[in-house]
Amino acid sequence: MLQRKGSICNTVMVYGNDFQTSAGDLLGEVEAAEAALREAAGRELAGEAGDAGGHDAGRHGAGDRDPGARDPGKERAGYFDRIISADQKIEPRDDMPDAYRKTLIRQIAQHAHSEIIGMQPEANWITRAPSLKRKAILLAKVQDEAGHGLYLYAAAETLGAAREELVDKLLTGRQKYSSIFNYPTLTWADVGVIGWLVDGAAIVNQVPLCRCSYGPYARAMIRICKEESFHQRQGYEILYTLAHGTPAQRELAQDAVDRWWYPSLAMFGPPDSESTHSEQSMQWKIKRFSNDDLRQRFVDMCVGQVEVLGLRLPDPALRWNPQRGAHDFTEPDYAELMRVISGDGPCNRQRMAHRRAAHADGGWVREAAAAYAAKQAGAEA
Amino acid sequence: MGELSPLWEVFVRPRRGLSHVHAGSIHAPDAATALHNARDVYTRRQEGVSIWVVPAAEITASSPDEKDAFFDPAADKVYRHPTFYHVPDGAKHL
Repeated sequence: MLQRKGSICNTVMVYGNDFQTSAGDLLGEVEAAEAALREAAGRELAGEAGDAGGHDAGRHGAGDRDPGARDPGKERAGYFDRIISADQKIEPRDDMPDAYRKTLIRQIAQHAHSEIIGMQPEANWITRAPSLKRKAILLAKVQDEAGHGLYLYAAAETLGAAREELVDKLLTGRQKYSSIFNYPTLTWADVGVIGWLVDGAAIVNQVPLCRCSYGPYARAMIRICKEESFHQRQGYEILYTLAHGTPAQRELAQDAVDRWWYPSLAMFGPPDSESTHSEQSMQWKIKRFSNDDLRQRFVDMCVGQVEVLGLRLPDPALRWNPQRGAHDFTEPDYAELMRVISGDGPCNRQRMAHRRAAHADGGWVREAAAAYAAKQAGAEA
Repeated sequence: MGELSPLWEVFVRPRRGLSHVHAGSIHAPDAATALHNARDVYTRRQEGVSIWVVPAAEITASSPDEKDAFFDPAADKVYRHPTFYHVPDGAKHL
């Protein structure tokens, strides 16, 4: 039943070579980021043989009881800057500016929350997937989103954030998640569009994060991006199937593209002129490209992809600009983006209520597991 | 002969940017000594920039006997791999 199209054996395809990719595609970029990480890891840091070597010995020597006690603050700051400028990774026990730590915790937590809330719009269709094959795929995808949330929470915890605190901040609305998940999934075609456009936009955002300066985040993103590729392709396949089906199916696909296009463009955040966190994050190499640059890259990618689908993007102003070497397009409604982020989107209340209920409903499981663990510990003692 | 001191598992981060990887184990009476011993045994040639030591008794490992029951369920879920999906001719960046 779970046959790939064509006559090639599934397992050969799967175990043969998953990541053999042509240059310029997603997995190729992730591979390149991973190679760059290894290459940078092998590079000598300026001055590392001298003072920094002693610094490391001091830090790792006595069980990290007194990190950096031998170094005045200035020298520590210099060390951080040298690592960043050498394109190396900051690791959990390195000295880092407070603001760097806080920015990362905020960004990684919001990213984790987005994965967790992002399960809802698609899980909504698990029971109504049109075939057992599609149902199994969708289950696997939603399961992946939960996994991605957990990788990211774990990365945030390496910075000293407590898991309970992060969960609490999501449940009480003190930390946000991506605006896109506040839009409803009205038809099966929406599941396809989420894979193609929403995961596609997320990938454009996330591939550069594989090169982020914070080691645990970069490594988590490499893992996530490799898994995301399946998400995007399954969505594209759903849409391709619908777009080449009956006129009604084709209409369903076009309607979903029409509704999700602008919210997907808004996923890249406010325009550069209004982006508050961007500049510092670029200096710290947490972020590598501006919101507008990434949005442009996404549009340019989608134009070719929508042609193959035989559908159209709902933007009459969309056209190739030979001077810029890029497509001109209509910007999303940023006022709407701000409204949705601040809680007034079509599904914000529903998403939060569902998340809180799921957390509360799971309470008895956590209690039972803790009681069992305590009982076992008592039996052993 | 006194009792052998506890066993510690040693994880070494070869370079900044890479994860800690299991290198081997070491005996030591306490954590600080384990760290020093691990440095002497596993990083004499600059194999690492950071070491973790973990009490071996604290590690819970999956059992080889249960390998099939534990890992086999993933084997028939080929749709978790991107290669499962048909990408139409001409579709780029997917």
